Amino acid sequence: MATRPQHTRGKKGRPKPARKGAAPELYKASKAQLIKFYREMLTIRRFEEKAGQMYGQGEIGGFCHLYIGQEAVVVGVQDCLLEGDSIITGYRDHGHMLAAGIDAGAVMAELTGRASGISSGKGGSMHMFSTRDGFYGGHGIVAAQVPIGTGIAFAHRYRRQDNICVTYFGDGAANQGQVFEAFNMARLWDLPVLYVVENNRYAMGTSVLRSTGSRELWKRGDSFKIPGKQVDGMNVLAVRAAAGAAIDQVRSGKGPYLLEMQTYRFRGHSMSDPALYRSKEEVQQMKAEHDPIGQVKKLLLDNKMATEDDLKEIGREVKAEITRAAEFAIASPEPEASELFSDVLVEVAS
Amino acid sequence: MSITITMPALSPTMTEGTLLKWLVKVGDKVEPGDILGEIETDKATIELEAADQGTVARLLVAEGTEGIAVNSPIAILLEEGEEKVPEEEIPATPSPQPSPAEGRGEQTPAVSEQLSAEKPKELEKAAPQIPSDVKTKQMTVREALRDAMAEEMRRDQRVFLMGEEVAEYQGAYKVSQGLLDEFGEDRVIDTPITEYGFAGLGVGAAFAGLKPIVEFMTFNFAMQAVDQIINSAAKTRYMSGGQMAASIVFRGPNGAAARVAAQHSQCYASWYAHCPGLKVVAPWSGADAKGLLKSAIRDPNPVIFLENEILYGQSFEVPTDPDFTLPIGAAKIERAGAHVTIAAFSLMVGVALEAAETLAGEGIDAEVINLRSLRPLDTAAIVESVKKTNRLVSVEEGWPFAGIGSELAAQMMEHAFDWLDAPVARVSGDDVPMPYAANLERLALPSAAGIVTAAKAVCYR
Repeated sequence: MATRPQHTRGKKGRPKPARKGAAPELYKASKAQLIKFYREMLTIRRFEEKAGQMYGQGEIGGFCHLYIGQEAVVVGVQDCLLEGDSIITGYRDHGHMLAAGIDAGAVMAELTGRASGISSGKGGSMHMFSTRDGFYGGHGIVAAQVPIGTGIAFAHRYRRQDNICVTYFGDGAANQGQVFEAFNMARLWDLPVLYVVENNRYAMGTSVLRSTGSRELWKRGDSFKIPGKQVDGMNVLAVRAAAGAAIDQVRSGKGPYLLEMQTYRFRGHSMSDPALYRSKEEVQQMKAEHDPIGQVKKLLLDNKMATEDDLKEIGREVKAEITRAAEFAIASPEPEASELFSDVLVEVAS
Repeated sequence: MSITITMPALSPTMTEGTLLKWLVKVGDKVEPGDILGEIETDKATIELEAADQGTVARLLVAEGTEGIAVNSPIAILLEEGEEKVPEEEIPATPSPQPSPAEGRGEQTPAVSEQLSAEKPKELEKAAPQIPSDVKTKQMTVREALRDAMAEEMRRDQRVFLMGEEVAEYQGAYKVSQGLLDEFGEDRVIDTPITEYGFAGLGVGAAFAGLKPIVEFMTFNFAMQAVDQIINSAAKTRYMSGGQMAASIVFRGPNGAAARVAAQHSQCYASWYAHCPGLKVVAPWSGADAKGLLKSAIRDPNPVIFLENEILYGQSFEVPTDPDFTLPIGAAKIERAGAHVTIAAFSLMVGVALEAAETLAGEGIDAEVINLRSLRPLDTAAIVESVKKTNRLVSVEEGWPFAGIGSELAAQMMEHAFDWLDAPVARVSGDDVPMPYAANLERLALPSAAGIVTAAKAVCYR
């Protein structure tokens, strides 16, 4: 097993384990589950690589924030959810959509700004939604999704449903005031919301070390009595174990819970980010030692749950799916000009 | 020298109150801080404390007296050593009129003579236009808003109210009075003072299919929440290609109240009216308030509902039918006229009607349009009126630059240029933060006299 990622630094700047002596709790996955995790993470990886390529070719415009490196977080959390549960996130949202089971073609066609995109070509990378799949966006304003996700949890409670809302946000959003406003109300009303901080160490170009007074983001709920836990977000089994336990608690009516997923994006903040704020060695080390997909691959092979050929076959299937999605996204027509004025308001029959 | 105790002003907009109860009797000795009685204002019941030491010599108004103007004498204390009140020191009493105890639900209309001169008079006589076969009841704008929410909450379980002090306190301005009792704490929800957070939470609940009414104690505080209102509520239907949207009402008092200065006196009509994806409504009368709020709650779009604190206490005839609604986007001609059109919204409709009366005395027949809705704007109604009068005066409390009046002027250029006999005139709040001093505040706000002057100017009189 790979070691946990090391996010905090000792006095001399040497990396040290984030929580001394705390052995990671790992989910005991069956062979079928491990293969499912592998396939889902690989789908996100290949999708994002393709999106990055298409951005370079000018097929995708605007901002494009890739999820490469962070795949274990959504795949592990999503595996704990039940029919009717909701999720919401910020602008780095492609992976969340794929994990929620949304068609890769509809997501890719949104990135290319086509009528067949999931938002009819009017939202783009940062503004995608599929309430049918329990996915409430896709929000472009940093942290805006946190009160909104708390409100979705409020709606679950209002309707006496057993469902929960998973509200994802980044280490950058964790410093926004509205996050704490939402925490306060979530605790006050014991709302069924799981907050997942995806701490990928950098809010655009500013590292957590340079932007936060307290780096222990899992303790951010302390003054609201929201329990928190720090998790190796590069290890899908650690994510699955922590999310499972947290979600059981949230679903049982005990109110909100906060998970800090220590993760890492292998790419820049967006396609236009040269990532000069971190060393190539750091990125290389993370890729070599903590790649979430590499870890699962190793487990599968070491435990003889799959052969190299089995995994190559999965790789081919995933690649074919992504190729189909990309071809669909490029071949689809742009929205009709008449769509410029549609969906601003819905008319009411008076 | 005896001490006269007068009716205190207990809120920025209070002009009169009810003496509910005396807790002292003639002959009692009182110390500063002792509770003399209870006063009911339009917002709350508040204890009246003694500010001086003395002996109660006279109680000038009876318990239950309503409509006692601020600063009217209500009691007299004798200072130490005084035996009795010299006759010349007894002030004229404000003709007490105790009301029957059960009559509190249907208060007599405010006595306009007792209102201070700057306050707009009630002009319900100018605004019937409700068909004679429709059952109505006289009620305040405050009660009309409450009834609108209560009726819609009875009709649709998805509707709930959240905001600061809406539940246990019964509303900072008493608008939500009684709703907690009827609907319970699951549907009438006190929030912490956290506008950004609860506006966003409301938007999330709306995305998930509920129909929140989010009350801002005043719209001044909604600036803290404006990102959630614009970026989340207004834009999501469009950004999602129509698959997700917020059916939500953001409501609360907007505009200047009285003497609360710059940060608490601002009209946000043009701010919100600027934004596609929102509807923006500004009622004037009780029927407007009820009919438009009910429509706003039923509307599948986000609606900004701009109320006015000064109007809360004004009384109008309001239809009682729970199916009564008014369409959003339709203006109303409150007073027909031939010579000049005056377009106003919210509190300024009353001021415009007052100006129209003055103008009538000078031979100018003004048509007053109550815009009711600013987005969508009933441009057709204004154009039709201007085709008849060939002149337009716009009236708003907000600032002139890029204001609603600017938009009306542009709309007339585009749609009624050939019908205009004079440039459109704008009457607005002055282009300054709202001052505190009473005289300066009066100067900064539009007045009936200012509207008269503008109307005469466009009539070349």
